[in-house]
Amino acid sequence: MISNIAEDEDKWLAEGIAGIQHNAFYMHRSLDSNNLREALKYSAQMLSELRTSRLSPHKYYELYMRAFDELRKLEIFFKDESKHGCSIIDLYELVQHAGNILPRLYLLCTVGSVYIKSKEAPAKDVLKDLVEMCRGVQHPIRGLFLRSYLSQVSRDKLPDIGSDYEGDADTVMDAVEFVLQNFTEMNKLWVRMQHQGPGRAKEKQEKERSELRDLVGKNLHVLSQIEGIDLEMYKDTVLPRVLEQVVNCKDELAQYYLMDCIIQVFPDEYHLQTLETLLGACPQLQPTVDIKTVLSQLMERLSNYAASSAEVLPDFLQVEAFAKLSSAIGKVIEAQVDMPVVGAITLYVSLLTFTLRVHPDRLDYVDQVLGACVKKLCGKPKLEDSKATKQIVALLSAPLEKYNDIVTALTLSNYPRVMDHLDNGTNKIMAMVIIQSIMKNSTCISTADKVEALFELIKGLIKDLDGFPVDELDEEDFKDEQNSVARLIHMFYNDDPEEMLKIICTVKKHIMTGGSRRLPFTVPPLIFSALRLVRRLQGQEGDVVGEEEPATPKKIFQLLNQAANDCDLEPVAYEFFTQAFILYEEEIADSKAQVTAIHLIIGTLQRMNVFGVENRDTLTHKATGYSAKLLKKPDQCRAVYACSHLFWVDDQDGIKDGERVMLCLKRALRIANAAQQMATVARGSSGPVTLFVEILNKYIYFFEKGNSQVTSSAIQGLIELITSEMQSESTTPDPSSDAFFASTMRYIQFQKQKGGAMGEKYDSIKA
Amino acid sequence: MVLVLALGDLHIPHRAPDLPPKFKSMLVPGKIQHIICTGNLCIKEVHDYLKSLCPDMHVTRGEYDEDSRYLETKTLTIGQFKLGICHGHQVIPWGDLDSLAMLQRQLDVDILVTGHTHQFKAYKHEGGVVINPGSATGAYSSITYDVNPSFVLMDIDGLRVVVYVYELIDGEVKVDKIDFKKTATTNSAH
Repeated sequence: MISNIAEDEDKWLAEGIAGIQHNAFYMHRSLDSNNLREALKYSAQMLSELRTSRLSPHKYYELYMRAFDELRKLEIFFKDESKHGCSIIDLYELVQHAGNILPRLYLLCTVGSVYIKSKEAPAKDVLKDLVEMCRGVQHPIRGLFLRSYLSQVSRDKLPDIGSDYEGDADTVMDAVEFVLQNFTEMNKLWVRMQHQGPGRAKEKQEKERSELRDLVGKNLHVLSQIEGIDLEMYKDTVLPRVLEQVVNCKDELAQYYLMDCIIQVFPDEYHLQTLETLLGACPQLQPTVDIKTVLSQLMERLSNYAASSAEVLPDFLQVEAFAKLSSAIGKVIEAQVDMPVVGAITLYVSLLTFTLRVHPDRLDYVDQVLGACVKKLCGKPKLEDSKATKQIVALLSAPLEKYNDIVTALTLSNYPRVMDHLDNGTNKIMAMVIIQSIMKNSTCISTADKVEALFELIKGLIKDLDGFPVDELDEEDFKDEQNSVARLIHMFYNDDPEEMLKIICTVKKHIMTGGSRRLPFTVPPLIFSALRLVRRLQGQEGDVVGEEEPATPKKIFQLLNQAANDCDLEPVAYEFFTQAFILYEEEIADSKAQVTAIHLIIGTLQRMNVFGVENRDTLTHKATGYSAKLLKKPDQCRAVYACSHLFWVDDQDGIKDGERVMLCLKRALRIANAAQQMATVARGSSGPVTLFVEILNKYIYFFEKGNSQVTSSAIQGLIELITSEMQSESTTPDPSSDAFFASTMRYIQFQKQKGGAMGEKYDSIKA
Repeated sequence: MVLVLALGDLHIPHRAPDLPPKFKSMLVPGKIQHIICTGNLCIKEVHDYLKSLCPDMHVTRGEYDEDSRYLETKTLTIGQFKLGICHGHQVIPWGDLDSLAMLQRQLDVDILVTGHTHQFKAYKHEGGVVINPGSATGAYSSITYDVNPSFVLMDIDGLRVVVYVYELIDGEVKVDKIDFKKTATTNSAH
């Protein structure tokens, strides 16, 4: 059934076009032979095709355009009096004899255009006549197109100031009157469309009406182009008249479109000065009109206007733009009870953007907007609509981006209240946005109060919120979140140690609620923050951290050791070492991790000078013992010779126990030998001699430091051992150990050639 | 002229939130041919950021690095120079130049880049040069008090390397440079 109609329409359109072409052909012939009568006859016939009621607006437009093109040729003919011999005034009279009104009026408009151009009559008179005569066509589609034609041909002939057709003192007013009248009549026709035509589906009707809206809107565009209109005239005449028509037509489609049109077409400074009038019209519109979009558009335009130049800002203050907009929005939200939450939030977002652009220093305005939002959200369950949440995130992000300083946002009392209304997922997203803003701007948070307020905002990241267990979260995302929190902790700083201590305690209080999954991320940065503070408080009791932190890597303990060392707190340091060893025994099973851990223990212990002899002995004994028990022999060897440094510290009061150094080195040598033999047994060839070369280097190290236990003959012996190993048939050649040995020997040579005390030392060693 | 960026011990996020903004603005992608990182980044984010500065990146493992695939030591050749990288927590005593010289002999390299002490050092000895770029973020260290953020840029040209060290002191970036020339005879057996 429907496809039939579409087919029929195409058929009718084709017929119409054929009709136009047919008559146009004869019209052209008449024009060529300068036959006015014939030309008028055929053009009237041609225009009769436009009398059809059978076409939808879309198809009618096609027909219209064909006619339009042909009429241009006719107009050229009319203009040239020499061709047809008829004066323009007579022509104007002549065309009115056409039989049917529609062709008559099209021809009249065409002649009218020529008439105005000839300047034989004032433009205003011709225009007035035409716009009145068009009343004869009351059919909506036909009337709209006719008046559109009038508008098109008259566009460049308005009696505007500075135009060729300028009239007397009221000339601009005449132009305005003409356009306003045309607009008013067109709008009436347009609105009437919805009542016409039996059985037309509402949707189809709306679609058709939509297609025609630009015809109506064009008039407003023309108005905006009239140069002679100044702010006064706009304020006093143009806007009130347009708004009157908009309100009185009581048509939802028209009202929405035209309000939008007004906002888009006229300059922003006009809108600013007529804000009250414009906003005043809003409550008078039909309740079903999507006024919030209109308001949002208006605010966006005004925001952009404010951003464009600082000079216009005082105007905003002068007209009290914020107050007016704010109250208008309030009224709209109140009136439209069924407006979904997302609509209200969008309005507030637009208002907030406006406020941030125009009144950035008025934090009270910003807070007011947020407060209004809270009021709207109050009493409703947590938002689930994703569009609404997106809008709220936009709402909350705007102040962050504007002020680049989270501290400002923290002063907005309604900010956390808005956040409370977000669902947990979005709350966390917002928290991340906040953290990123801080990181990007390198903002330093300097008081415990601010830290407290901040943690309140980002609490979704700090701990499990009700009903949202941590397990549900993606592993990667969780890591990113917690790493962000970790980095955030470093942004808290104050020069004043007391305040810093308060900050640290506040942070500790909050992260402790995080649960075991979060602590490994959040505790280390706090500890380091505390250590930095301790260092500043050097010498004072700084026992800020120290309780159990589950799952903390033992490496932290090393640093705590060192810190305790710095503070001369031997018992505390000893306790830390004990804990470290216990962790080593119980928690570190991976052999690679063990190697690293033992090196950390040895390295730390080597630097500690706070221990008395007994304690130090116990610890070094433990360290050496664990070294020898590592899984792989090469690792054992290396750890043990590293332990040799535990007994030799280069400071002036440092321990320098040459014997125990040698014991370690000899033990390392034994392990190296054993490793060598194992390799022989297992693989049928000796392993690389690297370990021996390493130990040789250690011998040299202590030899140079003056350890009497390391004799030149010991070194010589080791050199010979290595050389024979390398030359042995069963050894697989290893280029890197060869190179290592070679560079070691080069070093010995270099030292020998140095002369002086060093050269003497090396004298007995043969390279 | 080959530019090599050497840095390390950033300790993000445990000890520092990020590189200092003044450093970040200097480190622009596309200007550097190689990056050498001594370790302790510590998280993937930092790895990705450095990689974006230059795709040829060499990292060794620091004791806090989360990525276990980093090696303990690494060697590479750039122009006429052999470079070695090691974080340094494995070399005891920490920061001891003689022990580091031993590592240098073991790796058989002209330039050894290590970290761990968070203190810039450039030390020349008979076997070559030991460079410690310090901590790029000025992270806390138990070994060094008052850590200033620093990193090193090496300009390798033929047998000469110029070492530029950038340090952030009291909010200002200070630059220093040291020249090293390699004599042809110190080439090793390879």
